[in-house]
Amino acid sequence: MTHAMSLLLQAANPQLPPTDGMFILFGLIKAGAAFGIYMLCVAYTTLAERRVAAWIQDRLGPNRVGWEGFLQPIADGVKNFMKEESMPGGVNKALFILAPALAFVPAMITWAVIPFASPLPVPGVGLIDMVVADLPVGFLFTLAISSLGVYGVTIAGWSSNNKYALLGGLRASAQMISYEIAMGMSTVCVLLLAGNVNLSAVVSQQQAQGWNVLLLTLAFFIFAVAALAETNRVPFDLPEAESELIAGYHAEYSSMRYSMFPLAEYANIITSSSLIVALFFGGWDIPFTTWDNLPPWTITKTLATMGMYVSKVMFFVFAFIWLRWTVPRFRYDQLMSLGWKVLLPMALLYITAVASMVLALDYAALAREGMAFRGAMLGMNLVFVVLVFWVLDRGRIISPAFSRLERERVNRLRAVAERSDLLTGKGA
Amino acid sequence: MDRNYIPVLFLLGIAVLTAVAIIGLSHLVMRSRPTPVKQQPYESGMPPLGDARERFSIKFYMVAMLFIVFDIETVFMIPWAAYYRQLSCAVPLVGGACPAGQISFFGLGEMLVFMAILLAGFVYVWKKGALQWD
Repeated sequence: MTHAMSLLLQAANPQLPPTDGMFILFGLIKAGAAFGIYMLCVAYTTLAERRVAAWIQDRLGPNRVGWEGFLQPIADGVKNFMKEESMPGGVNKALFILAPALAFVPAMITWAVIPFASPLPVPGVGLIDMVVADLPVGFLFTLAISSLGVYGVTIAGWSSNNKYALLGGLRASAQMISYEIAMGMSTVCVLLLAGNVNLSAVVSQQQAQGWNVLLLTLAFFIFAVAALAETNRVPFDLPEAESELIAGYHAEYSSMRYSMFPLAEYANIITSSSLIVALFFGGWDIPFTTWDNLPPWTITKTLATMGMYVSKVMFFVFAFIWLRWTVPRFRYDQLMSLGWKVLLPMALLYITAVASMVLALDYAALAREGMAFRGAMLGMNLVFVVLVFWVLDRGRIISPAFSRLERERVNRLRAVAERSDLLTGKGA
Repeated sequence: MDRNYIPVLFLLGIAVLTAVAIIGLSHLVMRSRPTPVKQQPYESGMPPLGDARERFSIKFYMVAMLFIVFDIETVFMIPWAAYYRQLSCAVPLVGGACPAGQISFFGLGEMLVFMAILLAGFVYVWKKGALQWD
């Protein structure tokens, strides 16, 4: 009787949560639809990478298959299916076949907890959250699953019985675990303000308090750098540095087994961009208005916030591609010292500062949503940003190659260069 | 069990099925024409020299060990951050805020002690040169 009553109540009011049965049904629909859309986005990110690369390098890029090359990802997929799978002698067969799947699966489920729009009211069903799974552990889930991606890369490098692949796999695992610490620590500041690890709660905190990028710029900076390193993208693409390691950990792979690795990489790019958006850029929040944050929920709001979210994520995906075709690659010692000697102490110091500031402001009994609280956080943030980017400029964080030589030797080399007109260019 | 976990299982199922389908289908469709040269490990055209699975630098083991220590620190810090408001209030929160005059330094102090211990280890590791790559 009470069950029937609650069903009737929900049919009348789509602003309430759905019943268990409907929840599971819509969970399945959301998971399926979101997975399909996500795969499509990943495929088109590969096209975007090639077109943006072509644009930056002043050439055309793939523009022949379909309108402006829009069928290119499909053609590539079909081609890869038809290719021969190479299996060189001495590989560990089971691990060699398992590795691409181990890289692919975590990449495809990490984003499950990221909310992408305001809740959608469905008449007769209830209010459907626009997130595949609104887990109470939220951010911990992404941290846990994204670290599983290391296994795929390491096992691929190890099982290939190829020196390049082994070196690439080792480099990738050391790099990914090093930057994961900086990544986890930079989000601690966000969680301090949000008071919850659930990403929907983090988004609603930002709707009330303003985007975290303004209050915690340094955390955003650390997170973005760590995200670049986690996805093995330039300037941290040492695992597959083509001038040193041919292709790194996937040197021996071909056909669809190879394709799984780029698919995982682009999926990780989209996931990292979504995380940056959810943690620091307000998630699906539309800035300068509270219209989208408050009930009653409507389909218009869902579509508008989803559009906002997608455009924010697309901007960061573009930024990832932009960086790849702009900056050079680090040396391995630079990469490690940036992760351990710069980002880790910086994150620890920043956590202490933010925690002390929050405590001091709470002590002064300032309301968290008030202008005084936000202004104080913003002020502290500005001080830190000036300190970090003024005092710790590139020359001091990342040492250039000549700093490892003796000063006398550097001067000698400089003198030689001057005599030979290398610096002035007159000799040529 | 929290019903929110069920969609994750759906997603995991779809992702695993897709991975198996892609690898399986590609294996069925392709034509295999192996030759002895094709089956050699790729070494830029040279005949491969010895086994690839040689001993590698101890630095990688060091990074793995340091990672475990600091990742556990991160995992401790995340719940601390999420419960920071409750930890820095001497009495239970009222409406999400601490009543006036009840702010405590417990949460911050505990984390400072924890961080100081770890930082001592970090400085030791740094001075020992475990973070030095060249």
